[in-house]
Order: sequence, then C-alpha cells, then structure tokens
Amino acid sequence: MTKKTSGVGPQHAAAPSAPNGPVAAALLACGIGCCVLGVLSVAADGSRRLASALNFYNPTGTLSGVTTTAIAIWLIAWVLLAARWRSRQLTFGKVSAAAFTLLALGLLLTFPPVGDLLLGR
Amino acid sequence: MQITLRELVTILHGMLFGGFFLMALFATFVLLLESSDSGRCASHTATAPMAPRWQTIYFIALAACGWAAVLSGAYVIYPWYRAVAPAGADLALYPKALLTAHATSAGWHTLGMEWKEHVAWIAPMAATMVAFVAIRHRAAWNASCQVRAAILGFAAAAFLAAAIAGGWGAMINKAAPVRGGRTIQLTRSAP
Repeated sequence: MTKKTSGVGPQHAAAPSAPNGPVAAALLACGIGCCVLGVLSVAADGSRRLASALNFYNPTGTLSGVTTTAIAIWLIAWVLLAARWRSRQLTFGKVSAAAFTLLALGLLLTFPPVGDLLLGR
Repeated sequence: MQITLRELVTILHGMLFGGFFLMALFATFVLLLESSDSGRCASHTATAPMAPRWQTIYFIALAACGWAAVLSGAYVIYPWYRAVAPAGADLALYPKALLTAHATSAGWHTLGMEWKEHVAWIAPMAATMVAFVAIRHRAAWNASCQVRAAILGFAAAAFLAAAIAGGWGAMINKAAPVRGGRTIQLTRSAP
C-alpha cells in the first residue's frame, strides 16, 4: 500500500506502522455525528420551525429527524474522511483531540439543563 | 400469568437489546484494555493478527444490539410513551401524560426521558466505530498507543451513554410503565 504523509506530518516516520488514516476517519466522523446530535437536539427544542422540519415520522416526533440527520451526517462524514485519509499517516493526537471535543459537546448538549441554559430558560 | 404486548416489547427493548448491549460494552472495554499491551507501545510495530472469528461475531452482535435497542425504543416504544391522551382517558395507558400531570413526577419526563431519548444514540454510534476498528484495523490498533487510548475513550463514552439511557429507562418504566395492547397468556392459572 502506498503511504502518503498528511500536511500535519508523520507521527512515527521511521516506523513500519499501518496507516492510521482510516481509524482517524472513523473516530472523527463519530465525534462529528455525536456533536450534530447534541446541536440538533438543542436547536429543535428552541425552534418550532426546525422541530417541525425534523418531524420525519409523526409517532416519534422531532426525535426521528434529529437522530436520522445526525446518523446521516455521521455516515457521510465517515465515508468522505475515509476516502480522503485511506492510506495516510496522520498526527493522531490532533484528530483524537478534535474527536473527543466533539464527543464531549455532544454529550453535554444532550443533557437537558445545558440545552435550557443555552436557550435562556 | 399474562403480559401485554407493549410490556413484552418493552422488556425486549430494555432487557434483551439494552441489557446485552450494556454488558457487552463493558466486556468490550475489558477486552480492549486486555489487548492494550503497554509493552508494545514503545516499539511501534505493526504486527497485525486478524481479529479471531468469535471476536468479529461478538463485535457485530454488540453493534447490532445497540442499534436494535435505540431503534426499537424510538420507533416502537416511544410512540406508545408519548401518545396524546384523549380527554377523560385513563392516564395509566399514557405514560408521558401520566408523568407530566403532576409536578412531583414531571421530572421523570422533562429531565429523564428528554436526556435518555437523545444521549442513547451516542452509544451505538461509538460502539459501531469501536467494533469497526477492532475488526478491520488491528494493525493501526497495535501500532499506536494514541489509537488505543482514543478507541478506549470512545468505548467508555458509549458505556456511559448506554448506562444513562438504560438507567433512566428502567426508572421511568417503574414510575409510569408502558402498558396496553394485546394480552399474551404465558401460563394458565391452576384451577
């Protein structure tokens, strides 16, 4: 497999390690999906228009659109990042930090008191 | 001894899919921790044994249970939970209405269900990613401590999210059980 080096530089230039790009893509995409889930849950709670737009399946209500959209964005981000980073060796720490920040945001935003605080309730 | 259809589906959602998912996530965390040999971190070698077949099946079952739990919860049980009660209806058949009818129980919905219904989805997303790496990218896993730490972190987050959702689900179903539907006779009473 041809190895490329990303713009952020190789992590272990001399090591015969497998490319970490596909793992980085999976990790960052998961963080993006979790963050989108949190953002949409708060946004739909604060906007009747958005809540109505996200009502994909009436018996489940807004939850159906919030989760379907988050999953779709997660999978699209995963496919795009995986294609871009397929054979790359990235500085994993930076990708990991970004993924954990997005995951933490997602976890925080799904906690109702945080959403209420942001919406001024 | 009998049970209603809605009670049976709720048991499958919480105790079969959710319960197995939670236990399997914890076991996954231990499994990953066990295979995180810190002695190999310094060498950066990329010896990549394939995941044993049983582990591949296990990780797929883990992710499948997670998705089964959230999908059955959101698209089968949640509509029963949140159904609007007609005027004069018995609120025992409308859990959300029953909980929000009293200030002393409203928090089970406004905090518990509102949190559970969203945070739960983080668990299968993260578990799927962990399973994917564990099955397909053993070489990258073996080659880097940062990769191992990140995957373990997401496995822990998945467990946290699943535990929050499962814990609230159990407590909410105790405060206002999902009831109704066809009655299923499990055993006949002795004459």
